Amino acid sequence: MERTTIDLWVGVFVALGIAAIFGLALKVGNLTSSNLGDTYMVTAAFENIGGLKPRAPVKSAGVVIGRVDSIHFDNENHEAVVSLKLDKRYTFSRDTFANIYTAGLLGEQYIGLEVGGEETNLKDGDKITHTQDAVVLEKLISQFLYSKASENKTDTKAVE
Amino acid sequence: MRRMNHFFQAIGHRMINGIWHLGAGGRLFFYVALYLLESIKRPRLIIKEVFATGVLSLLIVIVSAFFVGMVLGLQGYNTLQKYGSSEAIGVLVALSLVRELGPVVTALLFAGRAGTAITAEIGLMRATEQLSAMEMMAVSPIGRVLAPRFWAGTISMPILAVLFSMIGILGGYFVAVPVIGVDSGAFWSQMQANVDFQEDIINGVIKSVVFGVVCTMIALFEGYDAPPTAEGVSRATTRTVVYSSLAVLGLDFVLTSFMINV
Repeated sequence: MERTTIDLWVGVFVALGIAAIFGLALKVGNLTSSNLGDTYMVTAAFENIGGLKPRAPVKSAGVVIGRVDSIHFDNENHEAVVSLKLDKRYTFSRDTFANIYTAGLLGEQYIGLEVGGEETNLKDGDKITHTQDAVVLEKLISQFLYSKASENKTDTKAVE
Repeated sequence: MRRMNHFFQAIGHRMINGIWHLGAGGRLFFYVALYLLESIKRPRLIIKEVFATGVLSLLIVIVSAFFVGMVLGLQGYNTLQKYGSSEAIGVLVALSLVRELGPVVTALLFAGRAGTAITAEIGLMRATEQLSAMEMMAVSPIGRVLAPRFWAGTISMPILAVLFSMIGILGGYFVAVPVIGVDSGAFWSQMQANVDFQEDIINGVIKSVVFGVVCTMIALFEGYDAPPTAEGVSRATTRTVVYSSLAVLGLDFVLTSFMINV
């Protein structure tokens, strides 16, 4: 088959396109960082998950070690059951603490794991029992106001 | 009274004409689809058309992508630094390019650069009776002329859109990092943390494929349907740009509403 300059140019064009999609995938997108490799699944029940969403990061000591796989509502206990996909390379003790934190003031919510002291580790399908709910701003404010109000009451009583 | 009659007649005529065009366009799309498999056996023809639609559009796409990226960088920085989050500039540039501007602006440029060329070429082929000559030789003009161009448009559009996004991001990087002085590491790492390959990049590519099909099909139909006169071809070329742009912008909303789950 004879070769023409048009073939060359079209080849360059297609190669540029492939290079661009690779650039987007590797340099711009999270294809490299989101691949967790082998994972195991644990669940954690929260009374209130705030604005936690599927695919939110699970961090321990600030390092991403997994992702939130799914969230569903448990109708028997009336709480939210969050399934976490954790990287197989990392192990956590069975009494690990799961907290819902917020990144920055207005940032997305993520789950932070704090390792406990027990010897046995979490296995696939285990449930994290120690959990702390997301901080709901309205609750915080109402608690603050309530405590302020009771403080004032005791103050006035002391004056009397 | 007579004038009223004329007015309603004109409206009715336009409506019927529009619907007739829609039907004829659909029929042509069906015929082209019938010839698609057959024409892929002759890659020479397709390569020649990819050169005409894709390679020749490279320059305008690359240059405008760089400028669009630079403007996004400047405007984004100007607003973001008010909230003290100028590092998020990478996310802003990348997401707006990959999700929307890449496919849409490329499609608009594509309609102006390649779509008009297709319409004018086919319209002139019809005006000079080249298409009828092919039919006389028992060569189907749809298989020989239209189908390869359809392939070429569908192939080149996503490549151009992906290039547009990448070059635009480089343009944004150029303004944000060396010129303004945003930290380079934060620029890329925030971008990588927030741009999802499946949800953002692949969806952008899907959009650009749809736009490629629609723009090419409109260009082919307008060319094939053009009255065989100088004025007819020129009007068909104008219609290609107008209809393609409207179709792209309208479809973009529809596709986005499918892709974003609120």
